[in-house]
Amino acid sequence: MGIYGVYIVSKSGGLIFNYDYNVPKIETEQTFSYPLDLKLMLENNRLLVSFGQRDNIKVGHVLLAINGIPVAGRKLEDGKDALDMLDDATNYPLNLKFGRPKMTVNEKIFLASMFYPLFAIASQLSPELRSSGIETLEADTFKLQCYQTLTGIKFMVIADPSHAGLEQLLKKIYELYTDYALKNPFYSLEMPIRCELFDTNLQVLLEQADKNGIGAN
Amino acid sequence: MSRQSTRLDVKKVNSELFTLTYGAIVSQLMKDYENVEDVNKQLDRMGYNIGVRMVEDFLARTNSARCNDLRETADKIQYAFKMYLGITPALTNWSAAGDEFSLTFDSNPLTEFVELPDNYQNLKYSNVLCGALRGSCEMVQMDVSCWFAQDQLKGDLATELRIKFNKRLEDAIPAGED
Repeated sequence: MGIYGVYIVSKSGGLIFNYDYNVPKIETEQTFSYPLDLKLMLENNRLLVSFGQRDNIKVGHVLLAINGIPVAGRKLEDGKDALDMLDDATNYPLNLKFGRPKMTVNEKIFLASMFYPLFAIASQLSPELRSSGIETLEADTFKLQCYQTLTGIKFMVIADPSHAGLEQLLKKIYELYTDYALKNPFYSLEMPIRCELFDTNLQVLLEQADKNGIGAN
Repeated sequence: MSRQSTRLDVKKVNSELFTLTYGAIVSQLMKDYENVEDVNKQLDRMGYNIGVRMVEDFLARTNSARCNDLRETADKIQYAFKMYLGITPALTNWSAAGDEFSLTFDSNPLTEFVELPDNYQNLKYSNVLCGALRGSCEMVQMDVSCWFAQDQLKGDLATELRIKFNKRLEDAIPAGED
């Protein structure tokens, strides 16, 4: 059981709201000696493990910190170059922290707008007439449930594959949206939702849904 | 388990408060614009903006499906009037082509305490309703026109709101819905 996050996409396909509810944090810190037995590579301005999986450090994890100093891109926060530091034997032993990369806001916007054409293509590909778009998308580690309103707004929730009652949950989120976003006179349509009341009520709803494992009544 | 949104569902407000607030808006607009035509336009615009938001509330609460016929739409509009204004207008005067109908009110909650002064005879006092209907239909991809065919304020026997279906906004229909 578990709900990982909620996304709302406007009818023109832009991400207008996203909320990470319960994304499990995966981080491991270990002390390494020279030479480093992991292969690192720079991708998307992040140093990620390309080969040499061991213990809890998996391929695809990114380097988060060296000796407790956070890494941003390939540079440390104090300005040193991370790769140079790892290559230099005199720096060892080094304490390295690896973890699952966090999605940046830009990546989320990108992925949300990516779902939009997929949804449309699905309804076109359908052998039957008048098919809806993607309603559920399942993978081995998560399930994405999407609900499109008649006005074209998409509500999506990402949850554990075993989570039941996501459809009802999405309808409730729609109700919250109409109450706390649309009735807020300072919210303009199609714009990102920055309404505190909406956030707090959504949090309450998700907590209930998480606890009961259903859409919460 | 009591949830806040279920509490909102049953929240009722005295219609007089609503009537008076609306009256205050109209009279303020008359002061601001000093021109009846401008006020009519402004009320329609305000209604439109209300409509585009209100329709989501309606859909979220009623679980309505898309209408494929104006008669279905008419029933839903009738139900929406019950929900939001507490009145059930009669559906009358269907055109032969089925693309036009009237909502007839015995009483209009917006005009409960209102008498129009002689020099305001062109004021469409309840024009906000026309705007709201137009706005909410547009959000569900229907282009409609609305106007008051009769108005008790102008001495007619009943208030009649005429609705005409123009076209479906095909290119605005979201994917997976058409």
